[in-house]
Amino acid sequence: MREPPLIRLLPDGRRIHLQDGPIDLILEAWGAPAAVHAAHRAAAARMNGLLDELCEELAILRAPVGALSPMPTGAVARRMRAAVQPYAEDCFITPMAAVAGAVAEAVLASMVLSAPLDRAYVNNGGDIALHLAPGQSFTSGIVDRPDRPSLIGTVQISAGDAVRGIATSGRHGRSFSLGIADAVTILAAGAADADAAATIVANAVDLPGHAGIVRVPADSLAPDSDLGARLVTRDVPTLSEAERDQALDAGLARAAGLVAQGRIVAASLHLQGVTRTIGRLGSLEETEPVRRMHYA
Amino acid sequence: MPDTAPIRDGDKIRCDACPVMCFIKPGATGACDRYMNDAGDLVRIDPHIILDRAVDRGEPVVQFLERAEDWDGDPVTAGGRFVTAIGAGTTYPDYKPAPFIVSSQIDGVDMVTVVTEGIFSYCGVKVKIDTDRHLGPERSPVRAKGEMIGHVTTGEYGSQMLSLGGVNHLTGNGKKQGRITCDAILDLCNGKPVELTVDDGATVLVQAGKPPVVNGVLEERMRVGCGSATIGMFAQQWFGKVDEVVVIDDHITGVLSEHQAGKVLGVKETGIHMTGRRSTPGRYFEVAHPGTGWGGTAIQDPLSILGPFDPKVAWAGLSMLMISTTGEQFAYYELDADLKPVARELPAALAESVERVKENCEPALSTVLFMGGAGGSLRAGVTENPVRLTRSVKDALTYVTCGGAPVYVWPGGGITFMVDVTRVPSNAFGYVPTPALVAPIEFTMRLDDYAALGGHIGHMRSLDQVLAGEGGRKLPQLDGNPWPLAPSDTKRSHG
Repeated sequence: MREPPLIRLLPDGRRIHLQDGPIDLILEAWGAPAAVHAAHRAAAARMNGLLDELCEELAILRAPVGALSPMPTGAVARRMRAAVQPYAEDCFITPMAAVAGAVAEAVLASMVLSAPLDRAYVNNGGDIALHLAPGQSFTSGIVDRPDRPSLIGTVQISAGDAVRGIATSGRHGRSFSLGIADAVTILAAGAADADAAATIVANAVDLPGHAGIVRVPADSLAPDSDLGARLVTRDVPTLSEAERDQALDAGLARAAGLVAQGRIVAASLHLQGVTRTIGRLGSLEETEPVRRMHYA
Repeated sequence: MPDTAPIRDGDKIRCDACPVMCFIKPGATGACDRYMNDAGDLVRIDPHIILDRAVDRGEPVVQFLERAEDWDGDPVTAGGRFVTAIGAGTTYPDYKPAPFIVSSQIDGVDMVTVVTEGIFSYCGVKVKIDTDRHLGPERSPVRAKGEMIGHVTTGEYGSQMLSLGGVNHLTGNGKKQGRITCDAILDLCNGKPVELTVDDGATVLVQAGKPPVVNGVLEERMRVGCGSATIGMFAQQWFGKVDEVVVIDDHITGVLSEHQAGKVLGVKETGIHMTGRRSTPGRYFEVAHPGTGWGGTAIQDPLSILGPFDPKVAWAGLSMLMISTTGEQFAYYELDADLKPVARELPAALAESVERVKENCEPALSTVLFMGGAGGSLRAGVTENPVRLTRSVKDALTYVTCGGAPVYVWPGGGITFMVDVTRVPSNAFGYVPTPALVAPIEFTMRLDDYAALGGHIGHMRSLDQVLAGEGGRKLPQLDGNPWPLAPSDTKRSHG
């Protein structure tokens, strides 16, 4: 039975919770009361049929992006595809890697269009789309283990920063990871970009061939996973310091490349209690030097 | 109750809760992390159930999917939510306040709902099986997996009653019996089918809200009435179309020509001779042994209950319809020159009346009422002075619900209640290895009444706090159940 979507005002009287199938959004808007009201209406209206629209093209969205893969038609689906396109040349990726971020962006866009807002965010299970009017800023907490949230740092994002998307990926989240990172948090221009990049960097934090890491085919867990029979991480033993560093270095190398290419602004990688940060990320100290391509 | 069986592929289930339609393997969840394949059953895994009144008011739970244009931007307010005890947990056996003591304001009245799951050692189910078939003698043991878990009690109108479970079967006759009893009544309470066998009787497949299956035969209809009542109801329709009608019934078999209804119409005597014990004219007890044949008797050949026709009264060509009380069995005869009944094809004019009998039979169902008693420590979770809770319930100041469903509270001592399990959200019942059943129970009353009976006021939380703190599963209020927080008519919990 198709379960009706949920919409409710959370008890703080400020945040709206929208949920439909796997889409689970918390959103909040700041502005004049009438504007906030209009934004809430717009968000609910945008959610109307959004999941159904995506599911119509689910087969395309679950297929690896390549030169011959068909272009989806829906606006959100095309945004997903565009966000993962830069990675399609050198690795396996499907538009699903950006679904959460793209949905958050789409709902946020409808809110911003509906009324003048000072600030707004749409948080789709950790993938967050932001709106900031000039002079405004957000402070966002960062956790290293999404399954056991505890704040390890905060990041302040101001209107002048080129950041409107925050995404976190890792092996404890709702999606599977090919890597071993507990979490990778990415700041990027848009939520869909951040989402795709978080997936890529989290996959890169890895120790290929390590005997203690338990990996199983994705489709043995979820028969219709877009990852097919690719091995996804189920368990990681306690790693030696050297192993941990090796895995983080692999991820940082990938992240550094993305920063250098201007695809992301910053990344924070977490593995077994160690956090490495690249790019400017608020209160988290930048641990890695970045070579930016001045000619890009 | 599930609407339709989910689509399966081997042991995988296709979830249809949203258009993603995940295939979910046993033990795994779908993409939403909300639905799980639990050993072949698709279940929602958010544990704690909160009823949503929106549906009770005839409004959709959420407006925006189909009717985004109509939505006024105001989400469902907390006043429409009722926190059930399903999944709430319990503080038993400690004398501690119940897991949830929820305050809310309803139409300006401060209300309190004490929410806990009760562990019921004193509990069982009363099962009503709509059938005329003989399930077994009164007091016969009823078995599940060979173990006695209850007994046949009274025959009621068109149905047989079974009493299953109870403290003696749960804890009084050894571990094996207790475990099997617990399993069977738990399954019945959760709407699952259970096969029961009656000593010297039938095998019945019982499932709450579904037709019973007696000895492998699906029971579709309740009898229209006893044999005598059936004569009374249909005499007019038979009059002039047939000379004699016999309605075979395990309780009272009716004979048209002798029955008061036939006499009034002027039906001629036929010289029929019935076996059995005549009660009043045209009404016969004990025409045959009870069984699973015609009309709840053991009869396979209806002529076996007739003696020879009286040659002084009967005549060659006399026509006779014999029919069971559900119309499922019928036969038509005409007397030959020796006044012996010979089976003939049913004339069209009578076929209509047979259909009419069937049509007037209600669908046969098995119905299951859970019955349990709230003991001392459960009441202590509500108040420091447990007897006051009992008095408050008796005085109809406290409204008792089971998973939000209305209950009947027995008069007399204790808080012993009965609830129709089909009115409780699915899978609301659990068990502990004691063995005993775990059932949700909620006590709702006005705040001032709660304070007066020594309630744990210090442990109260507001509805908003509870909704914010718990990852509760929201369900629409079941159709037909009164809203538990409606403040005015607590008396309805008394039947």
